[in-house]
Amino acid sequence: MSATVRDVPITAAAIRGEFPLLTNTAGGDRPLIYLDTGATAQKPQAVIDKITECYEHFNANVHRGVHPLHERITAELEASRKKIAAFLNTRPLDELDLLDDVSEIIFTSGTTMGINLVAQSWGRQFLKPGDEILLNPLEHHANIVPWQMIAAATGAKIVWCPLTADGRFDLDQFDKLLSRRTKMVAVTAMSNVLGTLPPVGEIVRRAHAVGAKVLIDAAQSAPHAPIDVQAWDADFAVFSGHKLYGPTGIGVLYGKLELLDEMGPFLGGGNMIDEVFDDHSTYKRPPFKFEAGTLPIAEAIALGTAIDCVQAWGWDVIHRQEQALLEACHERLEVIPGVTIYGPSVAHKGAIVSFTVEGIPAHDLGTSLAQRGIAVRASHHCAKPLHKCLGVDATTRASFAAYNTLAEVDALAEAIVNTQQMFFRRRG
Amino acid sequence: MSDRLDDIYDDHILDHFESPYHKGHLPCPSCAHSERNPICGDQLTLELQIADGKVQQAFFDGKGCAISQAAASMLCEHVEGRAVEELRNMPAKQMLDILNVPLTPSRQKCGLLGFKVLKTMLYSLDEPPAEPAK
Ligand SMILES: Cc1ncc(COP(=O)(O)O)c(C=O)c1O
Repeated sequence: MSATVRDVPITAAAIRGEFPLLTNTAGGDRPLIYLDTGATAQKPQAVIDKITECYEHFNANVHRGVHPLHERITAELEASRKKIAAFLNTRPLDELDLLDDVSEIIFTSGTTMGINLVAQSWGRQFLKPGDEILLNPLEHHANIVPWQMIAAATGAKIVWCPLTADGRFDLDQFDKLLSRRTKMVAVTAMSNVLGTLPPVGEIVRRAHAVGAKVLIDAAQSAPHAPIDVQAWDADFAVFSGHKLYGPTGIGVLYGKLELLDEMGPFLGGGNMIDEVFDDHSTYKRPPFKFEAGTLPIAEAIALGTAIDCVQAWGWDVIHRQEQALLEACHERLEVIPGVTIYGPSVAHKGAIVSFTVEGIPAHDLGTSLAQRGIAVRASHHCAKPLHKCLGVDATTRASFAAYNTLAEVDALAEAIVNTQQMFFRRRG
Repeated sequence: MSDRLDDIYDDHILDHFESPYHKGHLPCPSCAHSERNPICGDQLTLELQIADGKVQQAFFDGKGCAISQAAASMLCEHVEGRAVEELRNMPAKQMLDILNVPLTPSRQKCGLLGFKVLKTMLYSLDEPPAEPAK
């Protein structure tokens, strides 16, 4: 069964208990210390079970049959879509749209595909030479490269909004760069390197004032804080299932219905058409217009289960635990000589800590931590423009979720000190 | 456990990382080539002075992890005095043997970065005049 809403608040320890990989000691004498949720989250048992249930009990293709299996799997898929719509707090659609099965929730293969879809479908239609796409150095390559591609194809221009010295989104600079030429502002709700939380609602408000559209990359923020597309007034929002405790290969694009209706399709194929003639075709309305081909169905259904889990745990418990981990991590790492933490102070960020250790290349530090049973990421984290701003080639990143423990933060600090002792052992 | 760790960061690796052999540039190299390991961002340039079918001098420059940089340093030491023909036939296994530490598949990419640069350079030697150093 999937998670149910509880009367009594769940504890962080109980959340951890739902993740088999984190309690599994099969690979050694102790479970893995997983501090790489920023790359992908571990999966609760309910999500794993849901995928098995789909394949064992109602596997069929969706929207294309009258057999009870088709009816069942289609109902499960559409129930998941509705859960996601509620999770993002989308506005209610009018009755006629509902009768047409219209939805603002489009299943994609992940954040990357969602951004490419908007860049290609919206961009091809609405961008002209001289138009501007506003980015900032916090963005993941997934929210940079698709815009560069459509800019090259349409003659639009990428404009970069610099950050504050401590790695926060700079609203003053943003105001200076916004103009009638600005057509799209693509911004992350949480940096995957610095943990920075740009003021999304305010960014949208100012962008709308000059007539620009805004795409919010919620890939990194989704597991940590609610996505409220109405409060944000976002035109588009994207996230990946796998960072939200769900399966890989599935993600979501939210778009305002009027925009989705105006946009042409992204991929052509089965399921997205209304009529097919010899020389042209007409298309369905959203979401199906953008869902050509067979979806990762079990994954889409299990993403609904992941959302059930998050809602059963509750944002309060998640936030409190992550904040405690973040504060502890800063406290423990800041006192280690040679350690530099990048980005804003704890008050202005989510549960991500990227750092360097003087004299130890990030890749070697990552290897050393791995051998001590700690999984972190050591690289440029798909954010090269940001690392150029930071003046380093690579950083080591510890990223947390509510299933992590304070003992794991202690283990990280200890492993860093041990690595320094090992690396510098011959220096006396 | 940590014994395996000390294996990777063995003294000879850390020696080459901290005090590399021939790190820098040749005044007039016969050939030079650079590559990057996009996963961890290691960068490496290798420069060779070739005469009489032999590598007379080898220098490297770059930045990145201890494994890639130490491996490049050891490779420079290894290739000097050897015939180009012999080096063309050098197998990757021999480079890993020179390193002599247990590397996981992802870390082998670091350990073999210099080797890859060397091979690419040697294979293109017979092509029209060797590229001048950048
Ligand atoms: C902020 C941000 N955007 C986009 C992505 C890309 O997500 P995916 O690879 O799931 O498409 C990531 C993943 O690392 C991310 O952190």
